[in-house]
Amino acid sequence: MTITRKLAAVLFLSSSVLGLAHADTIRMATEGAYAPFNFMDNAGKPQGFDVDIAKALCAEMKADCEIVTQDWDGIIPGLMAHKYDAIIASMSITPERQKAVSFTDPYYSNVLAYVAPKDEAFPIAKADLEGKTLGAQRATIAGQYLEDHLGDVANIKLYDTQDNAYLDLASGRLDGLLSDKFPAYDWLKTDEGQGFEFKGDDIDIDDKIGIAVRKQDNALRERLNKALSEIVANGTYAEINAKYFPFSIY
Amino acid sequence: MDQLHTWLMSMAGDAEPWASYAKYLPKLLDGAGLTLQLVVVSGLIGVCLAIPMALMRVAKSPWVWGLPYAYIFFFRGTPLLVQIFLVYYGLSQFEAIRDLGWLWDEVLSQPYWCAIIAFTLNTTAYIAELFRGAIQSVPRGEVEAAQAIGMNRYQQYRHIILPRAFGIILPAYGNEVILMLKGSALASTITLLDLTGMTRNVIARTYMSMEFFLLAGALYLLIAGAIILLFRGLEHLYSAQHRQPRLAAKGLDPQLRDQHLDDPS
Repeated sequence: MTITRKLAAVLFLSSSVLGLAHADTIRMATEGAYAPFNFMDNAGKPQGFDVDIAKALCAEMKADCEIVTQDWDGIIPGLMAHKYDAIIASMSITPERQKAVSFTDPYYSNVLAYVAPKDEAFPIAKADLEGKTLGAQRATIAGQYLEDHLGDVANIKLYDTQDNAYLDLASGRLDGLLSDKFPAYDWLKTDEGQGFEFKGDDIDIDDKIGIAVRKQDNALRERLNKALSEIVANGTYAEINAKYFPFSIY
Repeated sequence: MDQLHTWLMSMAGDAEPWASYAKYLPKLLDGAGLTLQLVVVSGLIGVCLAIPMALMRVAKSPWVWGLPYAYIFFFRGTPLLVQIFLVYYGLSQFEAIRDLGWLWDEVLSQPYWCAIIAFTLNTTAYIAELFRGAIQSVPRGEVEAAQAIGMNRYQQYRHIILPRAFGIILPAYGNEVILMLKGSALASTITLLDLTGMTRNVIARTYMSMEFFLLAGALYLLIAGAIILLFRGLEHLYSAQHRQPRLAAKGLDPQLRDQHLDDPS
């Protein structure tokens, strides 16, 4: 009795593990803390650009999709542990991550932009930034960009969270900050962000955002790629893009 | 620091990860310098503020001890991180504060001074409470003796109670300075590049978190060791002042010594 039960349990488990790549329920993880790309709405459901893209892809693939949320620190380990099958959480494609997971084609490109008070002329030329105080979040590409390019002329301040950098920009401690452009666009729409605007051209840092899947799940990766190129071609992508940004982020 | 950097680099050559250590160790030492500065400055101002506060705290009238009591209650009862954020991010929310001119431009807008203010307010509360305990534990007999020879309240405090309280407080104060040293790591949350802030910047760049946190830990340990030694020395000096010349002859069989002559306290 117990042996048959155990056997059944083992069979059930292994079939569910092995069958994932082929089963037509695809579980996708997002973080839920990176507005407007992924965030929790008032009902506690994940929303945002990433989530909409995920739903559009699933509709295109004619698959059932389940969106789960997972903290950022554990999001790749959770994928490896088969808690879900793909990560769509505005994840940059980096060589370090590619050692652990494989990525689909990029579904958008991240760029950096300066944010500064509307009424101040903000010089982008390096020589004119001498003595200015510029902020960014620590351990981000923006922070590294500032240190590498302006560390010798400007006073660089690095913050634990993006929100703290916004606070100091609003209080006038910072002459300007450098950040990922799209989340900053969201902040500029808030009450606190009213006196500020983007300055200068976007900085292209070749930061491509992709969907991560386990290395062995190549079939799923191909399906996602195919669906992605289709939603870009048929205008669904542009529709979702327009819902969040008045400019193309593809 | 530049010379140290050049020298370390020549020692390390290109060998990973030694080149990274050589490159970033001078930065960590810069950070340690700032950490030390924060602890010393706030610790010294803290003692100066704590003495009058403790004296008010031991007064009999609730009108006098009420305020220091509330102050100590608040600063001991809330996390240092919250206090730092209130001073740095909290105050700057108010337009009135930002319009203070010099006070805003040179002091409240500067993370360095915000950290000093928060640390000082915090450590003052703890030191004042230490002092209160010390003042109240000065042996009753000594105060009565002072009264008996006709000292007034001021003289009692000046010559008997406070000097005794200093002696009692020293070990506990050393402890508080070490707690402050570790608490000062929170300065990194308001963009200061103290030892912790510098370490986190280096790690964001090198991804060598284990190595550099260990290195930072070792530096903290060194500073803490120096503080412990300093207070050992102070305690020794302080008790030497109160020590009377030893009456016991050296080399005598300890069994034969008269205990109360050896140990006048």
